[in-house]
Amino acid sequence: MARSITMQVARYRPDREAEPTMQSYDVPLRKDWAILDGLNHIKDELDGTLSYRWSCRMGICGSCGMTVNGEPKLTCATFLTDYAPGPVRVEPLRNFPVVRDLVVDIGDFMAKLSVVQPWIIRKDEETPDGEYLQTPAELEDYKQFSMCINCMLCYSACPIYGLNEHFLGPAAIALAQRYNLDSRDQGSADRMDALSASTGVWDCTYVGECSTACPKNVDPAGAIQRYKLTAATETLKSFLMPRGGR
Amino acid sequence: MPKQRIAPILWLLFSAGGIVAALMIPVLLALFGVLFPLELVAPPDHAHLLAVIRHPLTRLVLFGTCVLALFHWAHRFKYTLYDGLQLKGLHTAINTFAYGGALLGSAVAAYLLLLLPA
Repeated sequence: MARSITMQVARYRPDREAEPTMQSYDVPLRKDWAILDGLNHIKDELDGTLSYRWSCRMGICGSCGMTVNGEPKLTCATFLTDYAPGPVRVEPLRNFPVVRDLVVDIGDFMAKLSVVQPWIIRKDEETPDGEYLQTPAELEDYKQFSMCINCMLCYSACPIYGLNEHFLGPAAIALAQRYNLDSRDQGSADRMDALSASTGVWDCTYVGECSTACPKNVDPAGAIQRYKLTAATETLKSFLMPRGGR
Repeated sequence: MPKQRIAPILWLLFSAGGIVAALMIPVLLALFGVLFPLELVAPPDHAHLLAVIRHPLTRLVLFGTCVLALFHWAHRFKYTLYDGLQLKGLHTAINTFAYGGALLGSAVAAYLLLLLPA
Protein backbone atom coordinates (compact mmCIF):
# COMPACT_ATOMS: atom_id res chain seq x y z
CA MET A 1 0.00 0.00 0.00
CA ALA A 2 1.13 3.53 -0.76
CA ARG A 3 2.60 5.28 2.26
CA SER A 4 0.85 8.59 1.71
CA ILE A 5 -2.36 10.03 0.31
CA THR A 6 -3.11 13.49 -1.06
CA MET A 7 -5.81 15.42 0.75
CA GLN A 8 -7.36 18.26 -1.22
CA VAL A 9 -8.69 20.61 1.41
CA ALA A 10 -10.99 23.57 0.83
CA ARG A 11 -9.47 26.80 2.08
CA TYR A 12 -11.37 30.01 2.55
CA ARG A 13 -9.84 32.94 4.40
CA PRO A 14 -12.32 35.79 4.00
CA ASP A 15 -9.63 38.34 4.87
CA ARG A 16 -7.43 37.10 2.00
CA GLU A 17 -9.61 35.65 -0.74
CA ALA A 18 -13.05 36.22 -2.19
CA GLU A 19 -13.67 32.61 -3.21
CA PRO A 20 -12.79 29.29 -1.60
CA THR A 21 -9.77 27.51 -3.12
CA MET A 22 -8.44 23.97 -2.85
CA GLN A 23 -5.07 23.23 -1.29
CA SER A 24 -3.32 19.85 -1.51
CA TYR A 25 -1.41 18.19 1.30
CA ASP A 26 0.31 14.80 1.38
CA VAL A 27 -0.42 12.98 4.61
CA PRO A 28 0.66 9.51 5.80
CA LEU A 29 -1.77 6.80 4.71
CA ARG A 30 -2.24 4.77 7.85
CA LYS A 31 -4.82 2.04 8.32
CA ASP A 32 -6.06 3.54 11.59
CA TRP A 33 -6.27 7.14 10.41
CA ALA A 34 -9.59 8.81 9.83
CA ILE A 35 -9.99 11.91 7.64
CA LEU A 36 -9.88 13.89 10.89
CA ASP A 37 -6.46 12.41 11.76
CA GLY A 38 -5.26 13.57 8.37
CA LEU A 39 -6.56 17.09 9.08
CA ASN A 40 -4.92 17.05 12.52
CA HIS A 41 -1.66 15.99 10.85
CA ILE A 42 -1.92 18.92 8.45
CA LYS A 43 -2.68 21.31 11.30
CA ASP A 44 0.12 20.01 13.55
CA GLU A 45 2.86 19.32 11.01
CA LEU A 46 2.19 21.03 7.68
CA ASP A 47 0.00 24.11 7.94
CA GLY A 48 -1.12 25.54 11.26
CA THR A 49 -3.45 28.02 9.57
CA LEU A 50 -6.07 25.38 8.65
CA SER A 51 -9.36 25.83 10.54
CA TYR A 52 -11.91 23.07 11.22
CA ARG A 53 -14.15 21.91 14.06
CA TRP A 54 -13.67 18.73 16.00
CA SER A 55 -13.88 17.51 19.55
CA CYS A 56 -14.50 13.94 20.64
CA ARG A 57 -13.07 12.03 17.61
CA MET A 58 -15.42 9.13 18.41
CA GLY A 59 -18.70 9.94 16.67
CA ILE A 60 -20.53 11.42 19.63
CA CYS A 61 -20.01 15.18 19.65
CA GLY A 62 -21.21 15.83 16.11
CA SER A 63 -18.63 18.58 15.49
CA CYS A 64 -16.52 17.20 12.66
CA GLY A 65 -19.07 16.87 9.86
CA MET A 66 -17.59 17.80 6.47
CA THR A 67 -18.07 16.99 2.82
CA VAL A 68 -15.71 14.17 1.87
CA ASN A 69 -15.49 13.44 -1.87
CA GLY A 70 -18.86 15.11 -2.27
CA GLU A 71 -20.69 13.28 0.51
CA PRO A 72 -21.54 14.53 4.00
CA LYS A 73 -19.50 12.51 6.51
CA LEU A 74 -18.31 12.57 10.08
CA THR A 75 -14.59 12.91 9.44
CA CYS A 76 -13.72 11.03 12.63
CA ALA A 77 -15.62 7.98 11.39
CA THR A 78 -14.47 8.06 7.75
CA PHE A 79 -11.14 6.39 7.04
CA LEU A 80 -8.42 7.56 4.70
CA THR A 81 -7.78 4.02 3.42
CA ASP A 82 -11.32 3.90 2.02
CA TYR A 83 -10.26 6.67 -0.39
CA ALA A 84 -6.85 5.22 -1.35
CA PRO A 85 -5.02 5.83 -3.60
CA GLY A 86 -6.64 9.25 -3.43
CA PRO A 87 -6.73 12.13 -3.71
CA VAL A 88 -9.49 12.66 -1.15
CA ARG A 89 -11.36 15.96 -1.27
CA VAL A 90 -12.43 17.57 2.00
CA GLU A 91 -14.84 20.51 1.88
CA PRO A 92 -17.09 22.24 4.40
CA LEU A 93 -20.64 20.95 4.97
CA ARG A 94 -22.87 22.02 2.10
CA ASN A 95 -25.97 24.21 2.55
CA PHE A 96 -24.32 26.27 5.31
CA PRO A 97 -22.45 29.57 5.02
CA VAL A 98 -18.69 29.07 5.35
CA VAL A 99 -16.99 31.06 8.10
CA ARG A 100 -13.43 29.98 7.36
CA ASP A 101 -11.81 26.95 5.67
CA LEU A 102 -13.90 23.97 6.84
CA VAL A 103 -15.84 25.82 9.53
CA VAL A 104 -19.49 26.58 8.76
CA ASP A 105 -21.95 28.90 10.45
CA ILE A 106 -24.42 26.69 12.36
CA GLY A 107 -26.53 29.55 13.71
CA ASP A 108 -29.54 28.66 11.55
CA PHE A 109 -29.64 25.10 12.86
CA MET A 110 -29.23 26.22 16.47
CA ALA A 111 -32.18 28.59 16.09
CA LYS A 112 -34.35 25.86 14.53
CA LEU A 113 -33.44 23.43 17.26
CA SER A 114 -34.88 25.65 19.97
CA VAL A 115 -38.05 26.26 17.93
CA VAL A 116 -39.12 22.60 18.33
CA GLN A 117 -38.45 22.66 22.09
CA PRO A 118 -36.41 19.46 22.20
CA TRP A 119 -36.83 18.76 25.90
CA ILE A 120 -39.44 17.06 28.05
CA ILE A 121 -42.40 19.36 28.62
CA ARG A 122 -44.71 18.63 31.55
CA LYS A 123 -48.07 20.24 32.11
CA ASP A 124 -48.43 19.16 35.73
CA GLU A 125 -47.33 21.67 38.30
CA GLU A 126 -45.51 19.40 40.69
CA THR A 127 -42.52 17.25 39.92
CA PRO A 128 -42.72 13.68 41.19
CA ASP A 129 -40.59 12.45 44.08
CA GLY A 130 -38.71 10.00 41.90
CA GLU A 131 -38.24 9.43 38.21
CA TYR A 132 -40.93 9.35 35.55
CA LEU A 133 -41.20 5.63 34.90
CA GLN A 134 -41.23 4.15 31.42
CA THR A 135 -41.57 0.63 30.02
CA PRO A 136 -39.03 -0.79 27.54
CA ALA A 137 -41.72 -0.62 24.84
CA GLU A 138 -42.27 3.07 25.54
CA LEU A 139 -38.52 3.64 25.36
CA GLU A 140 -38.40 1.84 22.02
CA ASP A 141 -40.96 4.28 20.56
CA TYR A 142 -38.52 7.17 20.48
CA LYS A 143 -35.12 5.59 21.10
CA GLN A 144 -33.75 5.73 17.55
CA PHE A 145 -34.51 9.46 17.32
CA SER A 146 -32.64 10.05 20.57
CA MET A 147 -29.46 8.85 18.84
CA CYS A 148 -29.19 12.17 16.93
CA ILE A 149 -25.94 13.96 17.73
CA ASN A 150 -26.82 17.25 15.98
CA CYS A 151 -24.02 16.81 13.45
CA MET A 152 -26.07 18.46 10.68
CA LEU A 153 -25.06 15.94 8.00
CA CYS A 154 -28.79 15.57 7.25
CA TYR A 155 -29.11 19.31 6.58
CA SER A 156 -26.09 19.13 4.33
CA ALA A 157 -27.61 16.18 2.45
CA CYS A 158 -31.13 17.64 2.18
CA PRO A 159 -31.78 19.19 -1.27
CA ILE A 160 -34.89 20.95 0.06
CA TYR A 161 -32.90 22.72 2.77
CA GLY A 162 -30.40 23.66 0.07
CA LEU A 163 -33.18 25.34 -1.90
CA ASN A 164 -35.15 26.79 0.99
CA GLU A 165 -33.33 27.89 4.12
CA HIS A 166 -36.64 28.40 5.95
CA PHE A 167 -37.33 24.64 5.98
CA LEU A 168 -37.21 23.44 9.58
CA GLY A 169 -35.12 20.51 8.41
CA PRO A 170 -34.57 16.81 9.17
CA ALA A 171 -32.80 16.78 12.55
CA ALA A 172 -35.04 19.38 14.20
CA ILE A 173 -38.15 17.45 13.15
CA ALA A 174 -36.64 14.11 14.19
CA LEU A 175 -35.76 15.60 17.58
CA ALA A 176 -39.26 17.02 17.96
CA GLN A 177 -40.55 13.49 17.35
CA ARG A 178 -38.03 12.13 19.84
CA TYR A 179 -39.92 14.10 22.51
CA ASN A 180 -43.42 13.82 21.00
CA LEU A 181 -43.14 10.03 21.10
CA ASP A 182 -41.74 9.99 24.65
CA SER A 183 -44.38 8.76 27.11
CA ARG A 184 -43.10 11.23 29.73
CA ASP A 185 -43.62 14.24 27.48
CA GLN A 186 -46.79 16.33 27.32
CA GLY A 187 -45.61 19.02 24.93
CA SER A 188 -46.69 17.76 21.49
CA ALA A 189 -49.34 20.49 21.21
CA ASP A 190 -46.65 23.11 21.91
CA ARG A 191 -44.52 21.75 19.05
CA MET A 192 -47.38 21.49 16.60
CA ASP A 193 -47.33 25.08 15.34
CA ALA A 194 -43.70 24.88 14.22
CA LEU A 195 -43.98 21.34 12.85
CA SER A 196 -47.22 21.72 10.92
CA ALA A 197 -46.38 25.13 9.46
CA SER A 198 -45.64 25.27 5.73
CA THR A 199 -41.92 25.47 6.57
CA GLY A 200 -42.30 22.45 8.86
CA VAL A 201 -43.01 18.93 7.67
CA TRP A 202 -44.91 20.05 4.54
CA ASP A 203 -41.77 21.38 2.87
CA CYS A 204 -40.29 17.87 2.87
CA THR A 205 -40.78 15.96 -0.38
CA TYR A 206 -39.35 12.71 0.99
CA VAL A 207 -36.13 12.63 -0.96
CA GLY A 208 -34.72 10.54 1.90
CA GLU A 209 -31.10 11.71 1.63
CA CYS A 210 -31.20 12.74 5.32
CA SER A 211 -31.68 9.16 6.47
CA THR A 212 -29.00 7.95 4.07
CA ALA A 213 -26.50 10.50 5.38
CA CYS A 214 -27.17 9.99 9.10
CA PRO A 215 -24.07 8.45 10.74
CA LYS A 216 -26.12 7.31 13.75
CA ASN A 217 -28.80 5.41 11.77
CA VAL A 218 -31.55 7.81 12.76
CA ASP A 219 -34.35 7.97 10.21
CA PRO A 220 -35.35 11.65 10.01
CA ALA A 221 -37.26 11.06 6.76
CA GLY A 222 -39.38 8.48 8.59
CA ALA A 223 -39.94 10.90 11.48
CA ILE A 224 -41.15 13.56 9.06
CA GLN A 225 -43.54 11.21 7.25
CA ARG A 226 -44.94 10.02 10.57
CA TYR A 227 -45.53 13.58 11.65
CA LYS A 228 -47.22 14.39 8.34
CA LEU A 229 -49.78 11.74 9.19
CA THR A 230 -50.20 13.21 12.69
CA ALA A 231 -50.63 16.73 11.33
CA ALA A 232 -52.98 15.58 8.57
CA THR A 233 -55.10 13.72 11.12
CA GLU A 234 -55.30 16.87 13.23
CA THR A 235 -56.37 18.86 10.18
CA LEU A 236 -59.13 16.38 9.41
CA LYS A 237 -60.25 16.57 13.03
CA SER A 238 -60.37 20.36 12.84
CA PHE A 239 -62.55 20.10 9.72
CA LEU A 240 -64.90 17.67 11.40
CA MET A 241 -64.95 19.45 14.75
CA PRO A 242 -64.22 23.10 13.92
CA ARG A 243 -64.65 24.24 17.49
CA GLY A 244 -63.78 21.04 19.30
CA GLY A 245 -60.68 19.89 21.09
CA ARG A 246 -59.26 23.27 22.00
CA MET B 1 -54.75 23.91 15.66
CA PRO B 2 -52.81 23.14 12.47
CA LYS B 3 -51.95 26.19 10.41
CA GLN B 4 -51.97 24.47 7.06
CA ARG B 5 -55.41 23.51 5.79
CA ILE B 6 -54.85 22.46 2.20
CA ALA B 7 -51.34 20.94 2.28
CA PRO B 8 -52.31 18.09 4.64
CA ILE B 9 -55.33 17.16 2.50
CA LEU B 10 -53.27 17.16 -0.70
CA TRP B 11 -50.63 15.08 1.05
CA LEU B 12 -53.23 12.56 2.25
CA LEU B 13 -54.50 12.22 -1.35
CA PHE B 14 -50.89 11.88 -2.57
CA SER B 15 -50.12 9.31 0.07
CA ALA B 16 -53.26 7.28 -0.49
CA GLY B 17 -52.68 7.49 -4.24
CA GLY B 18 -49.16 6.13 -3.85
CA ILE B 19 -50.35 3.16 -1.84
CA VAL B 20 -53.32 2.37 -4.06
CA ALA B 21 -51.29 2.74 -7.25
CA ALA B 22 -48.47 0.60 -5.88
CA LEU B 23 -50.89 -2.14 -4.86
CA MET B 24 -53.37 -2.10 -7.76
CA ILE B 25 -51.59 -1.02 -10.91
CA PRO B 26 -48.78 -3.62 -10.98
CA VAL B 27 -51.38 -6.36 -10.49
CA LEU B 28 -53.63 -5.00 -13.24
CA LEU B 29 -50.69 -4.49 -15.60
CA ALA B 30 -49.29 -7.95 -14.90
CA LEU B 31 -52.69 -9.55 -15.50
CA PHE B 32 -53.94 -7.59 -18.49
CA GLY B 33 -50.58 -6.61 -19.99
CA VAL B 34 -48.59 -9.82 -19.65
CA LEU B 35 -50.27 -12.88 -18.17
CA PHE B 36 -53.58 -12.82 -20.10
CA PRO B 37 -52.14 -11.81 -23.52
CA LEU B 38 -49.42 -14.46 -23.31
CA GLU B 39 -52.00 -16.92 -21.97
CA LEU B 40 -49.78 -17.77 -19.03
CA VAL B 41 -52.97 -17.50 -17.02
CA ALA B 42 -56.25 -18.46 -18.63
CA PRO B 43 -58.02 -15.15 -19.35
CA PRO B 44 -61.62 -14.78 -18.23
CA ASP B 45 -64.10 -14.81 -21.09
CA HIS B 46 -65.62 -11.54 -22.25
CA ALA B 47 -69.01 -12.05 -20.61
CA HIS B 48 -67.36 -12.80 -17.28
CA LEU B 49 -65.14 -9.73 -17.43
CA LEU B 50 -68.05 -7.54 -18.44
CA ALA B 51 -70.07 -8.78 -15.48
CA VAL B 52 -67.18 -7.91 -13.15
CA ILE B 53 -66.83 -4.45 -14.69
CA ARG B 54 -70.59 -3.84 -14.45
CA HIS B 55 -70.62 -4.48 -10.74
CA PRO B 56 -70.93 -1.13 -8.89
CA LEU B 57 -68.22 -2.10 -6.41
CA THR B 58 -65.70 -2.75 -9.20
CA ARG B 59 -66.52 0.61 -10.73
CA LEU B 60 -66.16 2.36 -7.41
CA VAL B 61 -62.77 0.73 -6.75
CA LEU B 62 -61.53 1.60 -10.24
CA PHE B 63 -62.81 5.15 -9.85
CA GLY B 64 -61.05 5.49 -6.46
CA THR B 65 -57.83 4.12 -7.95
CA CYS B 66 -57.98 6.59 -10.85
CA VAL B 67 -58.73 9.61 -8.66
CA LEU B 68 -56.11 8.86 -6.03
CA ALA B 69 -53.46 7.97 -8.62
CA LEU B 70 -54.16 11.25 -10.44
CA PHE B 71 -53.75 13.27 -7.24
CA HIS B 72 -50.58 11.33 -6.50
CA TRP B 73 -49.29 12.36 -9.92
CA ALA B 74 -50.34 15.98 -9.40
CA HIS B 75 -48.43 16.30 -6.13
CA ARG B 76 -45.29 14.64 -7.44
CA PHE B 77 -45.36 16.55 -10.71
CA LYS B 78 -45.78 19.81 -8.82
CA TYR B 79 -42.69 19.19 -6.71
CA THR B 80 -40.73 17.94 -9.70
CA LEU B 81 -41.33 21.34 -11.28
CA TYR B 82 -40.88 23.25 -8.00
CA ASP B 83 -37.63 21.68 -6.86
CA GLY B 84 -36.34 19.67 -9.82
CA LEU B 85 -36.68 22.40 -12.41
CA GLN B 86 -36.83 25.15 -9.76
CA LEU B 87 -39.93 26.76 -11.19
CA LYS B 88 -41.49 27.60 -7.84
CA GLY B 89 -42.08 31.15 -9.09
CA LEU B 90 -44.76 29.75 -11.41
CA HIS B 91 -46.65 28.15 -8.53
CA THR B 92 -50.09 29.40 -9.57
CA ALA B 93 -49.79 27.99 -13.08
CA ILE B 94 -48.21 24.76 -11.83
CA ASN B 95 -50.86 24.18 -9.18
CA THR B 96 -53.66 24.95 -11.62
CA PHE B 97 -52.23 22.55 -14.19
CA ALA B 98 -51.42 19.74 -11.74
CA TYR B 99 -54.46 19.75 -9.48
CA GLY B 100 -56.76 21.05 -12.22
CA GLY B 101 -55.54 18.17 -14.38
CA ALA B 102 -56.22 15.72 -11.56
CA LEU B 103 -59.73 17.12 -11.12
CA LEU B 104 -60.39 16.97 -14.86
CA GLY B 105 -59.08 13.41 -15.01
CA SER B 106 -61.27 12.53 -12.05
CA ALA B 107 -64.30 13.96 -13.84
CA VAL B 108 -63.50 11.90 -16.94
CA ALA B 109 -63.06 8.83 -14.76
CA ALA B 110 -66.39 9.53 -13.05
CA TYR B 111 -68.11 9.90 -16.42
CA LEU B 112 -66.64 6.69 -17.83
CA LEU B 113 -66.94 4.56 -14.73
CA LEU B 114 -69.91 5.86 -12.80
CA LEU B 115 -72.23 7.75 -15.13
CA LEU B 116 -71.92 5.92 -18.44
CA PRO B 117 -74.43 3.08 -18.63
CA ALA B 118 -72.79 -0.31 -18.70
